[in-house]
Amino acid sequence: MATLSSPAGATQAETLNLAAKFPGVVVPDERENYSGWIVEKDSLVEVAKFLRDELSYDLLSSVTGVDYLPEEKMEVVYQVYKTTGGPGTFFKVQIPRVDPMEIPSVIEIWPGADFQEREIWDLYGIKFTGHPDLRRILTWEGFEGHPMRKDWQEPFYEEETKPYKSRWPEGGHVHAENKNPYSDNLRFPEKFDPEKWTPTDPEEALYASLKKATITDEEGLETDQIIVNMGPQHPSTHGVFRAVVVLDGETVTSLKPVMGYLHRNHEKIGERNTFLQNMPYTDRLDYFNSMTNNWGYSLAVEKLMGIEVTERAEYIRVIMAELTRIQNHLIWIGMMLNDLGTYFTPALYAFEERELILDIFEAASGSRMMCNYHRFGGVVRDVPAEAFEKIKGLVYDRLPGKIEEFERLLSENEILVSRLKGKGFLSAEDAIATSTTGPVLRASGVPYDIRRADPYGIYDQFDFDVVTRPESDMYARYAVRIEEMRQSLRILEQALKGIPEGPVMPGKAIYQVRVPAGEAYGRIEAPKGELGFYVISNGKPNPWRYHVRAPSFINLTALEMMCVGNKVADFVAILGAIDIVLGELDR
Amino acid sequence: MYGKGILKGLGVTLKRFVNTYVDDIAWMGRRYFKPEGIAHRSSKDTRGIFTIQYPEEKLPTPEEFRYVPFLVYDEAEGGEKEVRCTSCGICSKVCPPQCIWIVRTVDPKTNKPIPQPAEFYIDADICMNCGFCAEYCPFDAIKMDHDYEIASYGRNVFNLDKLLKPASYYASIRPENATREDEARRAKEAAKAAAAAAKKE
Repeated sequence: MATLSSPAGATQAETLNLAAKFPGVVVPDERENYSGWIVEKDSLVEVAKFLRDELSYDLLSSVTGVDYLPEEKMEVVYQVYKTTGGPGTFFKVQIPRVDPMEIPSVIEIWPGADFQEREIWDLYGIKFTGHPDLRRILTWEGFEGHPMRKDWQEPFYEEETKPYKSRWPEGGHVHAENKNPYSDNLRFPEKFDPEKWTPTDPEEALYASLKKATITDEEGLETDQIIVNMGPQHPSTHGVFRAVVVLDGETVTSLKPVMGYLHRNHEKIGERNTFLQNMPYTDRLDYFNSMTNNWGYSLAVEKLMGIEVTERAEYIRVIMAELTRIQNHLIWIGMMLNDLGTYFTPALYAFEERELILDIFEAASGSRMMCNYHRFGGVVRDVPAEAFEKIKGLVYDRLPGKIEEFERLLSENEILVSRLKGKGFLSAEDAIATSTTGPVLRASGVPYDIRRADPYGIYDQFDFDVVTRPESDMYARYAVRIEEMRQSLRILEQALKGIPEGPVMPGKAIYQVRVPAGEAYGRIEAPKGELGFYVISNGKPNPWRYHVRAPSFINLTALEMMCVGNKVADFVAILGAIDIVLGELDR
Repeated sequence: MYGKGILKGLGVTLKRFVNTYVDDIAWMGRRYFKPEGIAHRSSKDTRGIFTIQYPEEKLPTPEEFRYVPFLVYDEAEGGEKEVRCTSCGICSKVCPPQCIWIVRTVDPKTNKPIPQPAEFYIDADICMNCGFCAEYCPFDAIKMDHDYEIASYGRNVFNLDKLLKPASYYASIRPENATREDEARRAKEAAKAAAAAAKKE
């Protein structure tokens, strides 16, 4: 059995270092089942610099807030890793839960903190001093309150946690919309009077945050740069996503992504749910890859529960995850080519293979896309024998040839090559600094794959290559994904050969799982990048904190860097090459 | 040579185009609207056009396919419906979007609960088809359906009338599961009867 990454074990070596290096300001986090360090807020930047420069924790994986309402504390948790591999370390800053709450920003050290700090400001109301553009990110500008705070309640609020008491034993059905939404759980700004309200442009701050200049040429002619809104309703944005682009002629000079149109406060829903009830909700994050979403979440909860996954279930998880990766990359190729203007021929060729993979998911889990297949300790049921035959047929007979066919169809196509080569450049240093992960990071030449860098499940038993390309452009992102499909097939071949007989669950499935108090961070190499779930339990049936580190969201931090200097028509392709999915981005 | 890549790609599309007709001819009209043709088009050997012509053709649903749940009843000798549900409420507790509403039957004389549902609602507009209710029901009373054509002009709140379906229907959509569960239940009842008999003696 593979050892899961445990930050507790990782920090052992540095225990002396960090606490001794910063006496009085850094103390180990000694709460039960917690790990890492608690840092004084005034020394945060100094400690962060030390971690990055001296201990080479160069990848800021995730920053998130936690509201400890009973203790009257707010906490911000930082998870940092090394791109050379190995487990990471946690460090935390605690502040009293009294407005205004302020913490220094680490954006200077890890620019990847940009969107994540904005998210914490938005959802928790913690201000990051030194952040250059601290605006709301997921909710809209006029939103009242900070919705992830424990004392915030949504309209149609019913109870703090599920299961709701109104459902049984006297559960006469009520339509939610028939309950009065204008009762005490709807909030307005203080002294709000609809009669006197005059709308101001809520996007003033957004436009002000863009770098805009009037250029005067030698003859004194003034040229203005113009602002173009791409989206939210734009066929190239893969959903309701908007980018505000400043153009000098056709060249992009500045860009800000605007998101949250699909925001549903997934994390708040997750805190209302019981641990098990979250499983089908994770399907809806990155709805192409529900199998890997399930895995990330079960990994975090299994770590907290301290249970072992049965061996057959581990193999099934690997098989399903690699099939997921193949179908995600296939769909990416299809959609990418759509973005480039090849309407639907490659997309439908890709869909053909994807449908065959989805048939397998349907036979095993009951649903093509919303698989809900994992349970804590295993998977819900074994893969039927005929589905196994189908997997073998695909892996041995069909998919290798089809990947070759895609290469023949596309890889040397002059139009594709000239659209992709040399465009959307992102250097390795920038890619690491902005916390990008997955194929985007590997296409910048950084061999960082969590399956190899910090193995989870049984990935340490498989032989495969971490695919990288040095070119750091869009063509490299395309080539990495094609090659990754081949590597996935390699893993699948080994897994199909090695899969043992046995149970797929360690015991009887129970719906009220007991999760001991503590924190856990489960992260996997999802097809789009690092997918992490940060779960805090306080021993009750519902998680106290449930955070999703979404690769689509964080990979977008690098979008501006990739776009500046390119033509506006390439923005469509650059966005496509990152591979975003809005269900996960907006959560 | 410039344009070689494009020609190579066009070769692939041409091959696909031809393959569709090759397969059509090889299958001599059995490729469409026939179960074996549909099975072939969704197998690893499919070539050319693979689209299922819904609604004239439908993909076969695998046994584990899940859609909005229904309640199972056993048919008694006199044609009465023996509802398996005991209104224990596990399904409504485990339901992630909380779309199951149950009113427990109460004996009007003694005011004690009777193990059967007086009312049972599933708000199918909220149901996320996760299958937890069927998975954790200890009485095999609630199961996931295969009927996915439930589009309507209004809200879909299913009551007992709409939800109850016979055990024979369940056995027809999920034969393997039904057989396995029936055997397990019979074994349990036999064990119970044996224990009761042993107690009597």
